[in-house]
Amino acid sequence: MAEETRKMAFICSKGTLDMAYPALVMGWAALGNGIDVTIFFTFWGMDIIRKSRQDHLEIAPVGNTSMKMSMMGIHADNAGIPNAIGVLPGMTALATKLMKDKMQALGVPPVSEYLQMLVDGGAKLYACKLSVDMMGLKKEDFVDGVIDIVTAADFIDMTEGAQIIFI
Amino acid sequence: MTTRMISGKTVQVNEEGFLLSPDEWTKEIAIEIAKEEGIPELTPAHWKVIEWCRQNATNGRSPTLRQITAGTGISTKEMFALFPKGPAKKVAHIAGLGKPEGCV
Repeated sequence: MAEETRKMAFICSKGTLDMAYPALVMGWAALGNGIDVTIFFTFWGMDIIRKSRQDHLEIAPVGNTSMKMSMMGIHADNAGIPNAIGVLPGMTALATKLMKDKMQALGVPPVSEYLQMLVDGGAKLYACKLSVDMMGLKKEDFVDGVIDIVTAADFIDMTEGAQIIFI
Repeated sequence: MTTRMISGKTVQVNEEGFLLSPDEWTKEIAIEIAKEEGIPELTPAHWKVIEWCRQNATNGRSPTLRQITAGTGISTKEMFALFPKGPAKKVAHIAGLGKPEGCV
C-alpha cells in the first residue's frame, strides 16, 4: 500500500507568546496523526528558536483588543484593559505571567520543551536566511533542532505538495 | 457501530476501527491490530506502553503522548520509533482504547 504521507509546513513569523503556540500545538497534533511536519521561522518568529529568547516570549496588553479584564481575573464582561493601564511598567510581565500560569495549569509545556517534543517527533526546523542576516544571528544562536538556515526559495522547494500554514 | 472479527473474536468497533469496549480486548487482538498498523512484532517495550495505557485510560480513552512519556519514562523519540507515525493514536488502537483527548 503506497499511500503518500500528508505534509504540513508552518511559517512562524511572530515572536509573541500567544503566537508561538499555534504552530507548536498544530504541529504536535499533525505529528500525532502521522503527518510530515516542517517549520520555517522568519522575522520575529526567530525568537521561538533562539536559545536566549524562546523561554522569554511575552504578551502585551497594549493594543490587544481581545485581551479583556476578565482574563486578569476581574469580572467585567467585555471591558477591555485600557491602553493607559497597559503602558504601566510591569503590565506586559503581568499579562505574560498570567498566560504562562494558565498554560501550565492545562499541562501545556513551556515553548522550549514543546519545541523539543516536536523535534523528537520528527519535525524539521529551518531558520530564514534573510532574517538571520538582518538580525546578525548565527546557527549557534539557535536550538539544536534547527537543521539549517535556508532561503525562502529553499523553503518553497522543500515544501512541494505540503499544506502551508502562515502564522 | 459495527462489529468485526479479529483473531477469532467478534468485537464492536467504531468507524475508524477502534474497539468500543476495552473489556473485549485480548493480547491476540493487539497483535493483529499492530500488524495492520505496520508493526510486525510487539516487543516487551511495546507491551510496556500498551499495558501502561490500559491501566491509565480514562473513560476508555487512552492517555496522550505526553502523558505516556511522563508516565512510562519512554522518550518521545523512542515512542515515535516504537509506533511510527502517530504513536499515541496507534497505541490506543492496539490497546483497544479510544483515541486520546487533548492537545498535548
